[in-house]
Amino acid sequence: MEILFAVLIGILFGSGIYCLLRRSIVKLVIGIVLIGHGANLLVFSSGGLLAGRPPIVESGQLAPTAPYGDPLPQAMVLTAIVIGFGLTAFALTLVHKAERAVGEDDINAFNSTDT
Amino acid sequence: MNELVIFLPLLVPLCAAVCLLLTAKSIRFQRIGGVVGSILTLIASSYLLWQTDVHGVIVAQAGGWAAPLGITFAADRLGAVMVFISSLMGAAVAIYSLSEIGEDYIRKFFYPLFLFLLFGVNGAFLTGDLFNLYVWFEVMLISSFVLVSMGGKKNELEGGLKYVCLNLLASALFLAGAGILYGKLGTLNMADLSVKIATASEPTWIISGSMLLLVSFGLKAGVFPLFFWLPASYHTPPVAVSAIFAGLLTKVGVYALIRAYTLIFTPLFGEIQGILITISVLTMITGVLGAASHFEMRKILSFHIVSQIGYMTLGLAFMTPLALAAAIFYLIHHIIVKTNLFLVSGIVIRKKGSDDLARIGGLYKSAPWLAALFFIPAFSLGGIPPLSGFWAKLGIIQSGLDIGAYVSVAAALGVGILTLFSMTKIWAEAFWKKQPEHAPEGERESCGDGHIAWMVIPVTFLAICTVVIGLFGEPLFAFSERAAAQLADSSEYISAVLDAPETGGHE
Repeated sequence: MEILFAVLIGILFGSGIYCLLRRSIVKLVIGIVLIGHGANLLVFSSGGLLAGRPPIVESGQLAPTAPYGDPLPQAMVLTAIVIGFGLTAFALTLVHKAERAVGEDDINAFNSTDT
Repeated sequence: MNELVIFLPLLVPLCAAVCLLLTAKSIRFQRIGGVVGSILTLIASSYLLWQTDVHGVIVAQAGGWAAPLGITFAADRLGAVMVFISSLMGAAVAIYSLSEIGEDYIRKFFYPLFLFLLFGVNGAFLTGDLFNLYVWFEVMLISSFVLVSMGGKKNELEGGLKYVCLNLLASALFLAGAGILYGKLGTLNMADLSVKIATASEPTWIISGSMLLLVSFGLKAGVFPLFFWLPASYHTPPVAVSAIFAGLLTKVGVYALIRAYTLIFTPLFGEIQGILITISVLTMITGVLGAASHFEMRKILSFHIVSQIGYMTLGLAFMTPLALAAAIFYLIHHIIVKTNLFLVSGIVIRKKGSDDLARIGGLYKSAPWLAALFFIPAFSLGGIPPLSGFWAKLGIIQSGLDIGAYVSVAAALGVGILTLFSMTKIWAEAFWKKQPEHAPEGERESCGDGHIAWMVIPVTFLAICTVVIGLFGEPLFAFSERAAAQLADSSEYISAVLDAPETGGHE
């Protein structure tokens, strides 16, 4: 399971960086979204990947029986997903407006503020 | 002492922003509310600064869960003074915006966003939890994203896109770094991280996590080679927006770097010192060369943010008590001076319709007071005694000589001279030369149409601050030394956070 996760995170980061290096600004946003998902999965897996071990305290005990899945990274990932969702929506709108203003979606045309 | 005082600089801008959102109809009310809200934030943060200087580190546990389980807020001297100086800039720029920001911007919620930006910046300075820092960064970023692209003009959208994309990438890397650290150490509380890293067995994971954080904070701070978003976007939005960005946003990155390497990753600092010194020197040099190649006031000033960031990270990289004190002094001085220079460029645009040095001139004759107002922050930035920048640079260079880092010191001195060159270039072109008769054609920019007094008052105030810090810098430098002592010996911070009694939840 962990190897599968590691490979998946690697693929997400790799394809995200590939998209970042393309010239279309839409792919730029897609790349950022993919990298963001890779980071989310990384945080998620940092709590330990255990199937069927919820952090539930049995009656008569004070703590859940180890090993159990750490709930904190899951809470953090939820926060990060929500933030990422909002930011992606904003970035897509911005890309749309910028493409209209510039007239094409080739990143090479976006050079008037650099010089 | 009540530890809830730490929440005041957060609650005041939040409440003010929400009130302004609810009363979006009245333009007049928005203006008044924006200024009043930021002045109240300034009062709250000065109270916090006073309390931290008297009582030491103030800690509050949000929700009443004791550290390291709950989310900790902690204000030491560095955090409190950063909150204070940001709120001061917030108040100055809010007054300035009365003149510059027009009705169309206010209808797009300029003032609520401005207050949310202050809210996010203050939160980033006060939090004691790594994941919470990520959330504050996002609060700050989303407001700044909207502010930078609000006008909807072509170059604003272009600059905004670069700014948004690179900062989103930095956030993803930050999250990945925090995830790795949590997976290895099982905590995200900064004080607890510091304790656990000191005793951790396998440093490989921690180093990789810390490198991801270094890249992320470095990108936000605008260090070499991650600064490209900054000069591409800072000159496009309205002057009030770029002034507050120039003053605050990169400095949040510098603050995060200082916090990370004086508190969390202290045991690993030896391995990273060389990297930090190298990137600081390269940041200074590339920034100042970029500035020398430009001919438009706000672009020159944007590149100078980059070069000055190098001095601050250099102070961090030297890591002696004097160097840290100088870095803190530098941060305070730089925030005031840089915000002021951007605000002055707004008055120049108002007077001349452009800040392109090829198209303007003769300001010394037509507005000598403006020349004086430019002279003070510009030559403070260049490090001319007795202005504030001189003492800041002197501290960095002195500590560099103490540890024998002669190459860095030489670079710092050379960059200082080139900074002066850039400032004299602006001085000579915009103020001294005659208004060119056959100026190249260009779009006429505007800078609001409100009463110019609202622009001049904050600029004059900040210029007076610069002179006062320069002439009577002793108390501020002594304060910076106390703040640096708190950073150098992090045990006070750690014990204040980890041994704090459970508080807060029962309110």
